[in-house]
Amino acid sequence: MKRDVLYRVVLIAGLLVVSLVALAPSVPGVGGALPQWWGGLLGNRGIRLGLDLQGGSHLLFTVDLDKAVEIHLDRKIGEIRRELRDAKVGAIGVERDGLALQLTLPNPERRGEVIEILGDRFPSLVVESGALGSGPTIRMTLDPREIQQLHEYALDQSLETIRNRIDEFGVAEPSIQRQGRQEILVQLPGIQEPERAKALIGRTAVLEFRFLADTSGGYGPDNPAPGTEVMSGVEVDGTTGQTRRIRHLVESEVRMTGDTIADARMQLFDQLEGPTVQLTLNGDGARRFDELTGANVGRRLAIILDGTVYSAPVIQERIPGGRAQITGGFDIKEARDLAIVLRAGALPAPVTLIEERTVGPALGRDSIQQGLLSFLVGGSAVAVFVLIYYRMAGVLAVSALALNIIYLLAALSGFGATLTLPGLAGIVLTLGMASDANVLIIERIREELRLGKTPRAAIETGYDRAWAAIFDSNLTTFLSGVILFQFGSGPVKGFAVTLCVGIVTSLFTAVFATRTVYEYRLAGRRLDHISV
Amino acid sequence: MAQSSTSGSGAAQPPLRFFEIIPDGTTIDFVGLRRYSLGISGLLILAALALWVIRGGPNYGVDFVGGTMLHLRFQPEVGTPQIRSLLADAGYRDVQLQDLGGAENEFLLRLPTAPGNENVAKEVTEALQGSLGPDAFEIRRSEMVGPQVGKDLRRKAILAVVASTIMMGLYLTVRFQLRFGIGAAVALAHDVAITLGGLLLFNYEFDLPVVAALLTVIGFSVNDTVIVSDRIRENLRKMRRQSLESVANASINETLSRTVITTGTAIFVILALFILGGSVIHGFAFTLLIGFVVGTYSSIFVATPIVLMFRDTERR
Repeated sequence: MKRDVLYRVVLIAGLLVVSLVALAPSVPGVGGALPQWWGGLLGNRGIRLGLDLQGGSHLLFTVDLDKAVEIHLDRKIGEIRRELRDAKVGAIGVERDGLALQLTLPNPERRGEVIEILGDRFPSLVVESGALGSGPTIRMTLDPREIQQLHEYALDQSLETIRNRIDEFGVAEPSIQRQGRQEILVQLPGIQEPERAKALIGRTAVLEFRFLADTSGGYGPDNPAPGTEVMSGVEVDGTTGQTRRIRHLVESEVRMTGDTIADARMQLFDQLEGPTVQLTLNGDGARRFDELTGANVGRRLAIILDGTVYSAPVIQERIPGGRAQITGGFDIKEARDLAIVLRAGALPAPVTLIEERTVGPALGRDSIQQGLLSFLVGGSAVAVFVLIYYRMAGVLAVSALALNIIYLLAALSGFGATLTLPGLAGIVLTLGMASDANVLIIERIREELRLGKTPRAAIETGYDRAWAAIFDSNLTTFLSGVILFQFGSGPVKGFAVTLCVGIVTSLFTAVFATRTVYEYRLAGRRLDHISV
Repeated sequence: MAQSSTSGSGAAQPPLRFFEIIPDGTTIDFVGLRRYSLGISGLLILAALALWVIRGGPNYGVDFVGGTMLHLRFQPEVGTPQIRSLLADAGYRDVQLQDLGGAENEFLLRLPTAPGNENVAKEVTEALQGSLGPDAFEIRRSEMVGPQVGKDLRRKAILAVVASTIMMGLYLTVRFQLRFGIGAAVALAHDVAITLGGLLLFNYEFDLPVVAALLTVIGFSVNDTVIVSDRIRENLRKMRRQSLESVANASINETLSRTVITTGTAIFVILALFILGGSVIHGFAFTLLIGFVVGTYSSIFVATPIVLMFRDTERR
């Protein structure tokens, strides 16, 4: 009996020491004074504050996966045309129709032959109506496994690109992760310019080089020739520096894209044109750019970013060395951000912001203060009440609550949990639950004493009888915490975590620890009176 | 509150003196009051339903319908009419403007997000800055929820509330008996309905933290039901000769002291959160406040009477 109690005391005290070691780095004023090795003792990361307490942005983007498939199919069109041209099966029209490719044959007799070539060269494409169909059109879709792979690639690549952009932008401890089927969650603590970050992340940044279409022969933006399209563009006035929107007629064929960019830098070049973005292409890109410009001297090369023509300079001469520049009347911030996104690479598919929660740093500070204040006021009032109402047993209950707070915070810091505002509320509620357990026990002991039992018997039956109710009531609350965790996002999850962890620690402190104290006092002694 | 003294039945012991709010031996005929209590509960639920219909559903926050929310703190001289007219001038007519009250001059602006334009928040703040000057207000918080996300969250919230109600009922069925499970589930549905009524009545916004609070209310209320049920189960074994009514009555009375103290202290803590916790947590604390009161009431006045309805079928 005595030995059993000793083990219990050692366990409680040991946990207290471990908890204090774990918590010390998170205590303001103490954390900084600790030696370096302290934090490594338990390998815990300390309690982090949620975005709602320290300020920051929670951004949820959805990746347009259909668009990724469309882009892939568009690339296939050129390859298919080339293959069929080489196979000399006649002039075949290839177009994309939604998520399918449609081929139009001039002579349907060669249908089987065309399907054979396609099946040979493009195993990822599936003929929709089967090889046995007839007629002048063939519809093809991508193999579902290929689509799955494209989706995965688009998500991974988007994540990587967004991470690169944020790293370049400079945010301390960002968190970028996939969520659900096609979403990417970006969390930026303490960010000062959320609007700028949003624009930076959300930009697709697809850079294309195409030629302006020939506008002789009556063609123009109002009357586009086949194989050309109308795009809007910006034009900088040479004398005032003002920008205005204009329309361009450009060829549909993309000559080069931004995937060969090795570096992009903002440069202040011309006072009037404002800052520009200087592009340096990699070896392959430089060679292709050299060929492209060499073969097309005199034509206007449009530099297109996300569907807008930024400039369309006349190629004066062959351009070796792989250097190009983008102008477009940017201000310094715009040019710097553009350089960042071009350097970090294009997104494989457009992303759309579908949820944003931004908390300013001032509100975060206020929330912490208000949370602490209400915690102190509520907590100390309850403590005073319990002390008066239950006397010595009350002292024990309040000590158990204090122990509970220490254990709970240490456990949270051990998990590297994030403390949110609802999380603080969860702690407050846990303390309510813990004090309920003590109230149940003490009330039960009182009842047993009223029945005339000795203090020892009353304590034993009190704890035993109260346990069933305490266990059931805590388990139900634990269950609602689990449901809350499943359902919730961000702050609500924080609430669920503190609630569930708190239930475990409060069962330990309110039942196990307080009982140990009684056992200690009862061990080998006769107790005539207890103060409850 | 009175200091009462009660002598224990054991003659050998010195008289026991406890500090008690609910004196020992309190016998209130709770069960006998059930005709009135169920009537009151029914009326309250009807009132909540009526409010729901009159208001055309709850005042959903952007979490559940999508849209943009801005929490701004203005310089003291800027008032509601001025903000409203500035927004109207800038072309934002369907803005909901809510004065958060309190010591600071803070407002919530809620705007529907037009499809394809996720940047309403930026436009509105720029418009306000344009007329009031760049330092006229501080952006404390901004939220944007897309319509699809809102729909998803709403579906999940309803699912979570329904699932936890059913799960609690199942748990009590397994741990106790079917009648306790049914009693608990009905009591929980009752709590959710009346708490929603309270939110509607005081025009609180219905958002994610409120749902978190509702789930907590469910956990707390079932807590109370478990305590009473546990005592009924125990007393059923001890008091085999007695009618179920008197067993239930005795059980409620025996646990009454605990019920009052626990609910009292919990409500005190929540009151502190409600008054001192700041505007962000207001709706959350309010929901807990109403829910805990109703939840405690329902354990005694709704769950137990329902258990009694099954007396003949399951009396051992």
